Amino acid sequence: MYNFTFHQPTTLRQAVNLLAKNEDAKLLAGGHSLLPVMKQRLASPAAIIDISRIPELSGVELKGRSVVVGAGTTHSEVANSQVLKDSIPGLAEVPASIGDPHVRHRGTIGGSIANNDPNADYPAAALGLGATIITNKRRIAADDFFQGMFTTALEPNEIITKMQFPIAKKCAYQKFKHPASGFALVGVFVSKRGSDVRVAVTGAGANGVFRVPEFEAALKKRFNAKSLDGLSVSADGMNNDIHAGPEYRAHLVGVLARRAVADANARKD
Amino acid sequence: MSATGIGASVRRKEDQRFITGKGHYTDDISRPGQAHAYFVRSPHAHATVRGIDTAAASAKPGVLAILTGAQLAADKIGNLICGWMIHSKDGSPMNMAPHPALAAGKVNHAGDAVAVVIAETLAQARDASEAVKVDYQVLPAVVDPAKAQAKGAPQIHEGAPNNTIYQWEIGDSAAAEAVFKSAKHVATVDLINNRLVPNALEPRAALAEYDDGADSLTLWNTSQNPHVARLVISAFVGMAPEHKLRVIAPDVGGGFGSKIFIYPEEVVCLWAARKVGRPVKWTADRSEAFLTDCHGRDHVTHAELALDDNGRITGMRVKTIANLGAYMSTFSSAVPTYLYATLLSGQYEIPMIHCAVDAVYTNTVPVDAYRGAGRPEATFVVERLIEVAARQLGLDPAELRRRNFVKTFPYQTVVASLYDAGDYNASMKKAMDIHDVKGFGKRRRVSARSGKLRGLGYSTYIEACGVAPSAVVGSLGAGVGLWESAEVRVNPAGTVEVLTGCHAHGQGHETTFAQLVSERLGIPIEQVSVVHGDTDKVQFGMGTYGSRSGAVGMSAIAKALDKVEAKAKKIAAHLLEAAEADIVFQDGKFTVAGTDKSLAFGEVALGAYVAHKFPTGEIEPGLKEGAFYDPTNFTFPAGCHICEIEIDQDTGRTEIVAWTAVDDFGVVINPMIVEGQVHGGIAQGVGQALLEGAVYDADGQLVSGSFMDYAMPHAENFPSIKVDTTVTKCPSNPLGIKGCGEAGAIAAPAAVINAITDAVGHENVTMPATAQVVWAAVRKAKAVRAAA
Ligand SMILES: Cc1cc2nc3c(=O)[nH]c(=O)nc-3n(C[C@H](O)[C@H](O)[C@H](O)COP(=O)(O)OP(=O)(O)OC[C@H]3O[C@@H](n4cnc5c(N)ncnc54)[C@H](O)[C@@H]3O)c2cc1C
Repeated sequence: MYNFTFHQPTTLRQAVNLLAKNEDAKLLAGGHSLLPVMKQRLASPAAIIDISRIPELSGVELKGRSVVVGAGTTHSEVANSQVLKDSIPGLAEVPASIGDPHVRHRGTIGGSIANNDPNADYPAAALGLGATIITNKRRIAADDFFQGMFTTALEPNEIITKMQFPIAKKCAYQKFKHPASGFALVGVFVSKRGSDVRVAVTGAGANGVFRVPEFEAALKKRFNAKSLDGLSVSADGMNNDIHAGPEYRAHLVGVLARRAVADANARKD
Repeated sequence: MSATGIGASVRRKEDQRFITGKGHYTDDISRPGQAHAYFVRSPHAHATVRGIDTAAASAKPGVLAILTGAQLAADKIGNLICGWMIHSKDGSPMNMAPHPALAAGKVNHAGDAVAVVIAETLAQARDASEAVKVDYQVLPAVVDPAKAQAKGAPQIHEGAPNNTIYQWEIGDSAAAEAVFKSAKHVATVDLINNRLVPNALEPRAALAEYDDGADSLTLWNTSQNPHVARLVISAFVGMAPEHKLRVIAPDVGGGFGSKIFIYPEEVVCLWAARKVGRPVKWTADRSEAFLTDCHGRDHVTHAELALDDNGRITGMRVKTIANLGAYMSTFSSAVPTYLYATLLSGQYEIPMIHCAVDAVYTNTVPVDAYRGAGRPEATFVVERLIEVAARQLGLDPAELRRRNFVKTFPYQTVVASLYDAGDYNASMKKAMDIHDVKGFGKRRRVSARSGKLRGLGYSTYIEACGVAPSAVVGSLGAGVGLWESAEVRVNPAGTVEVLTGCHAHGQGHETTFAQLVSERLGIPIEQVSVVHGDTDKVQFGMGTYGSRSGAVGMSAIAKALDKVEAKAKKIAAHLLEAAEADIVFQDGKFTVAGTDKSLAFGEVALGAYVAHKFPTGEIEPGLKEGAFYDPTNFTFPAGCHICEIEIDQDTGRTEIVAWTAVDDFGVVINPMIVEGQVHGGIAQGVGQALLEGAVYDADGQLVSGSFMDYAMPHAENFPSIKVDTTVTKCPSNPLGIKGCGEAGAIAAPAAVINAITDAVGHENVTMPATAQVVWAAVRKAKAVRAAA
C-alpha cells in the first residue's frame, strides 16, 4: 500500500466537500474491494475519505411501496433486516452467499453497487429489481447505472446515499459460486411485480451485469420455470476464463434462471 | 494401554499454544537493528537481463543496499543444487542447470529473483524496488511439459538440449512389448496430473543475522529440515562452514513438502546480512508464495494395463513426462522416478512393468515434492487403469482388485519395492462394509429420481514411507542418508527432554513423541518436552517429510530409550542393592524381582545425577543417551478409500456425499492425530481432484496466482469422513509404525475420479474435475450413448 491522507467525515456534507477538495480521492466504505487492490499496489489514491462513520448513510426503511436501503448498510445488516425479509425476501437472501462473516460485517451494499464488479451479487439484485440508485446529486435507474465491468454512471464527485428497491415478493437469486473466489461464476436474479418481470444476470457477461429480454418476455406470459423451456442465451458476449467458458456460462444462465423462478414461485404471498 | 501411552488419543499438547496465537513463527522473531528485504522479481517467464540500473532506487529513503546476481557471483556464493542424481537410460547424468539465488543474466520463470533491496522498513524496501530498472529482452516461453521437448521449443538452459533433464526408465521395455503383443485385454488411460500450489498457511520466511565478533551466521527460517538446509547452504552454497552457521526452524505453519527445499531467499538473506552488517528479514506475501514456492505434480502420462481372460494383470506400461519447472529444486529429480515408478505395482501382483520418465525444464516455478510426492501420481495411474480395465471387462472393480491383490509377504515387486507386510483384502473388505457398498445401487436409484447421477469410486492405494534406508537411497543417487537421530535427556528430577532431528509443522510430534516416552518410562506426558528445529541443540537430523517421523524418527527415540533404560537399570541395581539381572522395569518403577523393594523412575534419575551410590568408574554419572536409527526398508502403508459422489446434471457440480477410509498404518500412536492426518490428506487430494490447478498461459504467466483464481478446498466440500484402520505391524522398524501423513492425498484423487467416471459413464474426466469439466463429460457421454 502506498501512503495516502486519511479523512473521516461524519456527515454527508463533509464527505462531499472533502471529495471536491481532494484530487485523486477515493471513498472508503467497507474497504473489501478497495483495500485489497490498494494492498497489491494496483490502486494508489492520494486521499481516502472514509464514509463508514456517517450515520445518515445506513439503515433500512419501508417507504410506501418500496424499501430504501442506505448505501452504508452492511451485507449482514441487509441479511438480517426484518423489513427486507418481509417485503423483498429475495434481496435479503443475496448477502448470505457473499464472502465470509468478516466481509459481510464490513462490506456495504453501496460499495458493491458503486464498484460494479462483473462477478458481484448486488448488481444483479439491483438490476433485477429495477432499483433506483440515489446519490448526493440525482436519482439513477439501475438500467442506466451499470455501464460495463467496474463502470457506472457515477460522476467523480458523486456519492451513493441510498438505493430504493420496489417491493417485490416474488423474487429470488440463484448463484453458482466461483470455485475459488466465491463470487458469482454466474448469478441470476428474477423478480415479478405486477406485470413487470425482470431477469438480471451477473458473472456471465463479458460486459458486466445484464438483463435477458427473451426470458423476461416469456415469463411475462406465465411466470413459471417451464416458460423458459427451449430458451437459451447466446454464448456470444459471455465471459471466458480458466474457470468457465462462454458456452458453459450461457448454459448456467438458463439453469439458474429456471431455478430462481421456481424459488420465487415457492414463496408464500 | 496407559492413558498417555502408545495408542491413546491424547489431545495435542501444542494446540493450546497454536490456537491461542502463542506460537513463535519466523516472522514473529525480530532482531535488534533488523532490516528488511524485498525482492525484485521478473515479470516475464523467459528473458535475457541486459542490465539492472539501481541508481535511482539506491537514492530512495531507507535503502541500505541493492544487491544483484553479479555481486552474488563476485562474492562466490554458490548455486542451489538438486541433491539426488538421476542417470538417463543411456547412462548419462541428469542435466542440472545452474541455479543462482539471484538471476545471472537470464530469468527463467515469472517470479525469478533478479535483485534484492535491503532497507530500514519493508515499505521502504518495496518502494525502492519499484525504482529498480531492469532491462529485459523477452524471449518466447514454454510452459507445457508435453511441448517442452518439441523441435523449435524455446531452449531454457544451455546444458539441457530439448529442455530434457533426463530420460529415465525402469523395467525391460522389450519384455513389456512382448507382454502387450500377446495380451488378451488392454486398458489405456491418458492422464494429466495437474500442477498444484502447496499453499501452507504460513508463507515462507527467513531472518538472517551475522555476528561479526564470532564470525558466525544464524538463520531462522520456515524449514522442514533445518540440518539439511545448513548442510546445503554450507557445503554447496559455501556461505559459511557448518560450525559457523546455525539454522533454527521455529514453529512452522504447514509445509506439505514445500518447506523441505533450500530456496534462493534464505541464501540471499544470509549473504545480505553479512554484507550489510544488519539482521535481514524477508517474509513472502501470498502472491510471492504462489510465484516462488515449489509447486507439485505436473505429469503428463500415457499408461496401459494388460490382462488375461481371467482378469489377471499380465503387465503395465507407463510413459510420463514430468515438468520440473525452470530449475531443479532440492529433491525434484527423485520425485517422478524413485518415488513414483517404484510404486506402480500398487497393491497388485504385476509380473512385468516398464516405465519411462522424461523430466523437462519449462518456464514455470520449480516443481518438487508435495504431500505424497510421486506416490499420488503413481496411485492415480494404477487406480485409474484398474478401474477402466474393470469396466472394460465388465467386472466389479472390487473383484478385479481382489483377484490381483498381493496376498503373501514379503513381496518383491518388479519395480524394486519390497512390500514387507499388509492385508489388502482386509482393508478393502472393511471399507466396503463400513461404506455399505451393497446399498449403493439403491442409493443410486434414489439420486436418479431427483435427476442426479451417483457414482462410487475405489482407490486401493499403496505408498512407500518411512524414508529411508540410507544404503538403498544412496545406491539410487541420493546425496544424503535418510536415517534419523534422537537424544533422550533425563533431568535429575525425572523430567525428560527428547531431542529429535525430525521437525514438526503440524504433525503433533510434541504429543506423539511424548507418548512414546510416557509408554516406555512410565511418566506422564506433561513431564516430557520435545526439542527440535535448532542445529545448535540437535546435533544432526534429516527432518520431516515422506511420513518418516514416526517410523524413522520415533524408532531413533526408542533406541535411545533402550539405552536410557539399560543404564537406569544398572544404577537402580546399585541403589536397591540388588543384582542388575533381578531388576525389573515396569510402569515407571524399578523393582527387585520377587520383592516389594522398588524405586520410581524419577528417584533413579536423581540417583544418576547425585552419583553417590554407584561406582562412577564403572558407570558414568548422569542419564542421557543418543541414538541414530537407519531403517531396514521403506514402510508400505496401504488401504482402501471409497468415495461416493452425486452430480447435478444441469450444472455439472459434483458433491461428495460419503467417504470411507480404511488404512493400514501399522501401529498407531495416537488415533486422533492419525484421523486428523487422514482428514487433511483427503482434503488435499480432493482439492487436487475437484478444485486446484495451477494454470500458466502461453506467455508463462501464472493465471491462477491468487486465491481469487486458485480454488482451495473448503469445509463445505466435504461430508463427514468415516475413518478406520486395519493393522499389520510393520516388520521393518522396532515400533511397527508405517506412517500416515500422506495417505489421504495419495488415495483421494483416484477415488474421486473413479466415482465421477462411474457416475457419468465416460472415462475422460480431467483434474480438476470442475463443474464445467463434469458438465462437458455428462454431455459427451449422452452424445455417445445417443449415437450408439
Ligand atoms: C474475501 C472476499 C470475498 C468476497 N466475496 C464476494 C461475493 O461473493 N460476492 C460479492 O458480491 N462481493 C464479494 N466481495 C466484495 C464485497 O462484497 C465488498 O464488500 C463490496 O464489493 C464492496 O463494498 P465495500 O463497502 O467493501 O466497498 P469499498 O471497498 O470500501 O469500496 C469499493 C468501491 O466503491 C466506492 N464506494 C464505496 N461506497 C461508495 C458510495 N457510497 N458511493 C460511491 N462510491 C462508493 C469506493 O470508492 C471504491 O471504489 C468479497 C470481498 C472479499 C474481500
